[in-house]
Amino acid sequence: MFLTFVTFLPLLGAFALAFIPKENEGTIKQAALGVALVDFVLSLGLWMGFDNSTHAMQFEFSTSWIGAWGVNYHVGIDGISLLLYVMTTFLTAFSILVSWNVKKHVKEYMMAMLALGTGMLGVFIALDLFLFYVFWEFQLVPMYIIIGVWGGPRRIYAAVKFFLYTAVGSLLMLVAIIWIYFVVEDATGVFTTDLIFITKHLDVDLGTQKWLWMAFFLAFAIKVPMFPFHTWLPDAHVEAPTAGSVILAGVLLKMGTYGFLRFNLPLFPHASYEFIPFIATLSVIGIVYGALVAMVQEDLKKLVAYSSVSHLGFVMLGIFALNEYGLQGALLQNLNHGISTGALFFLVGVIYDRRHTRLIKEFGGVTNYMPKFAICFMIVTLSSIGLPGMNGFIGEFLILLGMFQVNKMYAAGAALGVILAACYMLWMFQRVMFMQSNNPENEKLTDLDLREKILIAPMIVLIFWIGLYPKPFLKTFDASVSHLVTIVSPDNFRPGKIGGSHASTKIDKALKKIEKQTHKKSH
Amino acid sequence: MNMIPAPEIDFVSLAPVLVLSVFAMGVLVLDLFIGKNKTILAYISIIGLFISAMSSFGHADLPVSSFNGAYVVDNVSIFFTFVFAISSALAILLSINYNERVGIKIGEYYALILFCTVGMIVLCSSTDMIMIFLGIEIVSISLYILAGIRRTDQRSNEAALKYFLLGAFASGFLLYGMALVYGATGSTKLAEISSTLVAGGVKSQAILLGGVVLLMIGFGFKIASVPFHMWAPDVYQGAPTPVTAFMAVGPKAAVLAAFFRVFADGLHDVAASWETALMAVAVLSMFVGNLGAIMQTNIKRLLAYSSVSHAGYLLVAIIAKNSLGASSLGFYMLAYAFTTFGAFAIVIILGRKGDENLEIENYSGLGYKHPLLALSMAIFLLSLGGLPPFAGFVGKFYVFSAALKEGYVMLVVIAVLNSVVSFYYYLKVIVYMYMTEQKVEFQPTFSPYALLVVAIAVLGTIQLGIFPGPVIALAQ
Repeated sequence: MFLTFVTFLPLLGAFALAFIPKENEGTIKQAALGVALVDFVLSLGLWMGFDNSTHAMQFEFSTSWIGAWGVNYHVGIDGISLLLYVMTTFLTAFSILVSWNVKKHVKEYMMAMLALGTGMLGVFIALDLFLFYVFWEFQLVPMYIIIGVWGGPRRIYAAVKFFLYTAVGSLLMLVAIIWIYFVVEDATGVFTTDLIFITKHLDVDLGTQKWLWMAFFLAFAIKVPMFPFHTWLPDAHVEAPTAGSVILAGVLLKMGTYGFLRFNLPLFPHASYEFIPFIATLSVIGIVYGALVAMVQEDLKKLVAYSSVSHLGFVMLGIFALNEYGLQGALLQNLNHGISTGALFFLVGVIYDRRHTRLIKEFGGVTNYMPKFAICFMIVTLSSIGLPGMNGFIGEFLILLGMFQVNKMYAAGAALGVILAACYMLWMFQRVMFMQSNNPENEKLTDLDLREKILIAPMIVLIFWIGLYPKPFLKTFDASVSHLVTIVSPDNFRPGKIGGSHASTKIDKALKKIEKQTHKKSH
Repeated sequence: MNMIPAPEIDFVSLAPVLVLSVFAMGVLVLDLFIGKNKTILAYISIIGLFISAMSSFGHADLPVSSFNGAYVVDNVSIFFTFVFAISSALAILLSINYNERVGIKIGEYYALILFCTVGMIVLCSSTDMIMIFLGIEIVSISLYILAGIRRTDQRSNEAALKYFLLGAFASGFLLYGMALVYGATGSTKLAEISSTLVAGGVKSQAILLGGVVLLMIGFGFKIASVPFHMWAPDVYQGAPTPVTAFMAVGPKAAVLAAFFRVFADGLHDVAASWETALMAVAVLSMFVGNLGAIMQTNIKRLLAYSSVSHAGYLLVAIIAKNSLGASSLGFYMLAYAFTTFGAFAIVIILGRKGDENLEIENYSGLGYKHPLLALSMAIFLLSLGGLPPFAGFVGKFYVFSAALKEGYVMLVVIAVLNSVVSFYYYLKVIVYMYMTEQKVEFQPTFSPYALLVVAIAVLGTIQLGIFPGPVIALAQ
């Protein structure tokens, strides 16, 4: 019940805001921030009460929702979802403070933000396919509104594109969900959409698994977004208001990677295994392509958006290493990307607020006028590149380590992305911060104010915390990740199925090796 | 030749029909004795609808078949009776102020809606093709008049005439099809047709096939499925708005129920002969309806095209041919009733005296001027598109489940992709309401009745979306 309360608190807050007259903008903003902060603190309570030693669902709650169909309201949290959940409440509060200066329709804005919060939180805790789908689609609407109403000049185009792209993928997933529903009913005689039950009893041949896997893949790959499904992302990021971009990068994209971890891997382990080359190839292309495109961008936000495509490629690569290093790295990198890219979008927003432009060539010599801003920007940039001692390094290192054990070529390709990231980020930093500019506008720039300092401080703390002492984070993943690795290891596919497959022997051997290592570790 | 024995009259089964007929005639008579204010007739009609719906629970054990198997009371027919009662009541509520505003001062208006409802109940309860034809005619004739009830309005006249000419033609097809099926199987009763087909006692496959095709055309016209949809946009636009909403929901639901009984029950055994054709009709309806709606600038025409696409989704339930299909049809129509009436209620509220204000462009900025109206409209549109947590989503889930259970994967995939297309134009309205600056002054006419319809519709849409359990239990 506590989990449900924390999840729905923002939505309740949104309803409450409806009763405040829209002239009282100050009260509305404070109330929204208050609700979001309380929710964040409560979610920290979940983290405190979380038991690291088990992969089982915690804070679980289940009750019948649509009895005639066997649909349950079943929620719970495990090592995979916990930190994403906490990050969501954190970034919701963060975004509300980021948008403190929003000018038009403040009340509607805050209500949309809070409603979005509940939608996103719901996605991470739903343990019923039907419920998951409801949350998954529900969060589309507030985000669509946020981009479409408070966005830039091409906001309507971007908002509709965002909505339709996501809808295509998720509706095909819906077909797969209904299909699974009947398959499980055929096998067990039980009508249910309960994820835990289905994970246990779904037993389909590899061909069917592949189809179902593809349906889920499409929904999540669009969300992540993986190359070549990423074209909505730059539009959405560029047009969205700063807070929208922060949420988009920090949480919405993570819903895609989370989907792979929660659904594709455990439901279709064999298909996932077979699709390793497919995903790895797309990821490496995404990493390199995203980095190259980012390099030539003239708009700061677009640059960060394309860097997201590249970073999320890393996360996908980590997931589909299907071993402990890879998964740990992917989960950590999920958080890292939320922090670093969220902070980057915020910082870009800071100078956009002052100059009303994001074109790199407009800036130059900003260090002279905004020294504190420049330091923060430097730290965040370096964290995004993956400098040792900062968060990005740990995540990328683990991912590369994991992938290296599976296939050296993919790992090498991805490593190229690390180098390219340094290129485009540092080059951008140089042009914005150091190069002399003839534009007198820049001389009027003022440094960070108190609100902005308060906002950037926790981000910087997190960057170093994860970079220097990632253990508390990795520990929460540990049990769930080991469990997931056993599910997807080829030894555990049900007998009779592995024989017919054409699994490449290389990967097979590599996975066997990892298996042995994990066994050794556990002894 | 033997005398045909007169069947025993089952008053309990007929109760809803009888009650409603009595009320309808009562309204006709009372109309002569009251003055210009016809509101009292509306109240009486709503009471009639309520009693009629309640009286459908006369039988303890279901299903009950009466009149030598021509009429049946089962879960499906009771559920549909409720859908009709609700949709007719909403139509009447919507009409009260609208009629005053546009100057429809005819008491027969309410009687016609009730008679039409009688026809709908007959339609969904019939298991004999003659009865089905009777039902369809009662419904159609009432609708021809209702569409043209604004006698001085040219568009209304055009709508009525167009609807009448094409509708009469379609009835001809339907009747001819029934005759051919009768010729091939020797019966008009669906159960007997079905058993003849199972036993292989068909006299001529060719005649049967001809009958099936003609039936499909006739039904297809009545539910405005492609390629028999041409009348829909014009009639929907020209008819008085409450009648448009009414036509889009009740009669369509009734014809679909009969369609289901004839094809999925009666002609189940020869499904191979009609399944492919019906799939084509379904898919075409979705595409043409959705693509047509994208181009529209008039809200009534947009909703008309969207209703064509919904006919396509609903045909998927008929193609499924299982019990899940029948109950999903009922649930979907109930969800559709709430959302459609809600949307049309808002269209009516935003209309002005002498100007219906139907251009979507004029909705610009509604979200900030009248937030609750815009929010309700957004809910209805998103529900029509099939977005959770609203009723339309559960309806779509239900219908698609029915089809997937029988393995129609491609059909469902096409249907869901069409939903994406439909989001485009539903979102377009939302774009205008929330994302563009106000262009014209709003002069909404807030009538308590129309607002009541909006409130009921919002509650229904959300209730069926978040807690559909009890209603689903009833529909099964």
